[in-house]
Amino acid sequence: MTDDTQIAVDVRDAVKRYGDFTALQQISLGIRDNEFFTLLGPSGCGKTTLLRMIAGFEDVTEGAIFLYGDEIETLPPHQRPVNTVFQNYALFPHMTVLENVGFGLEMLGQSKAAARTRAAEMLELVQLSQFASRKPAQLSGGQQQRVALARALAPAPKVLLLDEPLSALDQKLRKAMQIELKHIQRETGITFIFVTHDQEEALTMSDRIAVMSAGELQQLGAPRDIYELPRNMFVADFIGDTNLLEVTVDEVTECRAACSLDGGLTLSCEAVEGVRKGAQVHLSIRPERLVLSETATGADSLRARVLENIFIGTDIATLLVLDNGSEITVRTSNSERGSKRIFDAGQMAFVTMERGAARLLRD
Amino acid sequence: MAGGAASSGSTASDTYAGARHWLLMPSWFVLLIFVAAPVAMMLVYSFLTKEFRGGVIWEFSLGAYDQFFFDRGLFGDDPPQIDWTYINIFWRSIWQAGLATVLSLLIGFPTAYFIATRPERSRALWVFVITIPYWVNLLIRTVSMKFLLRDQGPMNDFLIWTGVIDDPLRIINTNLAVQLGLFYSYLPFMVLPIYAAVERYNFTLSEAAADLYASKWATLRRVLLPAVKPGVIAGCILVFVPSLGAFLAPDLLGGARNFMIGSLIEEQFKGNAGNWPFGAAASMILLTLVLIILMVFARQQRRMGDMR
Repeated sequence: MTDDTQIAVDVRDAVKRYGDFTALQQISLGIRDNEFFTLLGPSGCGKTTLLRMIAGFEDVTEGAIFLYGDEIETLPPHQRPVNTVFQNYALFPHMTVLENVGFGLEMLGQSKAAARTRAAEMLELVQLSQFASRKPAQLSGGQQQRVALARALAPAPKVLLLDEPLSALDQKLRKAMQIELKHIQRETGITFIFVTHDQEEALTMSDRIAVMSAGELQQLGAPRDIYELPRNMFVADFIGDTNLLEVTVDEVTECRAACSLDGGLTLSCEAVEGVRKGAQVHLSIRPERLVLSETATGADSLRARVLENIFIGTDIATLLVLDNGSEITVRTSNSERGSKRIFDAGQMAFVTMERGAARLLRD
Repeated sequence: MAGGAASSGSTASDTYAGARHWLLMPSWFVLLIFVAAPVAMMLVYSFLTKEFRGGVIWEFSLGAYDQFFFDRGLFGDDPPQIDWTYINIFWRSIWQAGLATVLSLLIGFPTAYFIATRPERSRALWVFVITIPYWVNLLIRTVSMKFLLRDQGPMNDFLIWTGVIDDPLRIINTNLAVQLGLFYSYLPFMVLPIYAAVERYNFTLSEAAADLYASKWATLRRVLLPAVKPGVIAGCILVFVPSLGAFLAPDLLGGARNFMIGSLIEEQFKGNAGNWPFGAAASMILLTLVLIILMVFARQQRRMGDMR
């Protein structure tokens, strides 16, 4: 974290326990001002708990939370200048769309008229002006979602919290909302903290991602870093598709590590700090960074037999089995079909890793 | 209550169109025997002439209603003046029942909210606890209450023993005693519908309100209460209507000065002193009042329905 960017939300050694169960173990992270920050992890990893602690719906068992320098973890939710978009929207069923959006402003002491004006502006932002006088139940899921967003944005919060807001939408609407959310975030300049279990969504939308598992922070970084330089098995496996190979490190020179696989196969890759000679570790290699060829293109090419080809729209996934019996997947972009050969099932081919693509994992 | 029956019929599938008529027969039968027939009987009796030893003479007369609303002097030949005696009894009863309803709501709502917010497994137990006293007959409970509240009763003895008071509190034969009796008789009718409504309430809405800067009080008033309003209205009706016609609590706990409709009607049918047509007329007037209240409720419900 650099000193010149302001920290919006600073979570310091936050612990959350429910009786004997520890939901969050000593999480510390700083969320920068004006950032689209994502908490990513499988269900039960503690991401929603952390979000709810920032909103004030859950007590902090230990540790502290600062909002732009002010300690807030003891304040009740209605005194925290943050707003939440709830997973199932939680729109007030007895109020119109306009009343829903204006509710926060009214509670902040604005006059009804002023709240209405601002609420109407917010509805314009989410393109729902024509539905202002409807009741939430008369709207589609996507429209309700946008009302929830407008309602949370209306009081101009310092930080907007979004708890899996897109999970109830269908694929297509979801993609459209992802773009719209990102757009609104940039336009308003509000810090967004977004919770999701969908790694693709996290990669598309975020400035930075905190990957969580079992109540612990696994890795914090920009989407690209997390995708290309996963720190451990969990992150490598959870983010995107990957091939995990068990290897033994034979030799570590300055920046390369020579590794051997079962069955006498060998290959080399970039060394990673903390992985020493003799260590038995996993090597992660993304399927799209493997190349298939008829002949070996170097010392690191591995011979394999094609099991099958799977067509997945933009790509073709080729499933192969190495000489030592491990399976490996290679993804070839469909646009490259002309320049690259597609091997049929049963044929032999050589698999080569792109330089710098393989990553040794510490655990 | 009133709104439910009307809306459900249209959605039934036509598969049973032929049989539906027959399947509904038991309900019609019950309604006929227990609702339509007694009300019709009462309506007819209210327009008959009274016989002095109870019972009626089968001769049309408006005498019962006339007696309720007008005073024609001792010999019945003075010009009619509005007689406030019975109207006042009705008015006092409405007031008493209204007060009992408010009291039940003030205690019943927090109770229902408390039960609905317990962990799911203990909720059934709490509801069970609330209903235990109602396994005992209402008469016995009311008599016990009289015993508890009287000047030399256990409650006063206890309060004097603890030194909270020096002289016994005079509760029996007061409005307060009637209120306590009504409250105790009908509290579960307030608690249960509100509990059902709060249990269905989506508590994320309260979180959303708090998130949008609403205080606890504002959340209650602006979000929770509107959401559980049907349950509150149902509870109020279920307490108000029987309180209005109650005669055990006013009779046993209230004494002569706190005479209510229920007792007035009861007297007309008791022993030889009664006046059946007058009792029937008073019952019809009470029924009309209750119907008006229910219609207001039904309209309210329909309005809520439109909003959904």
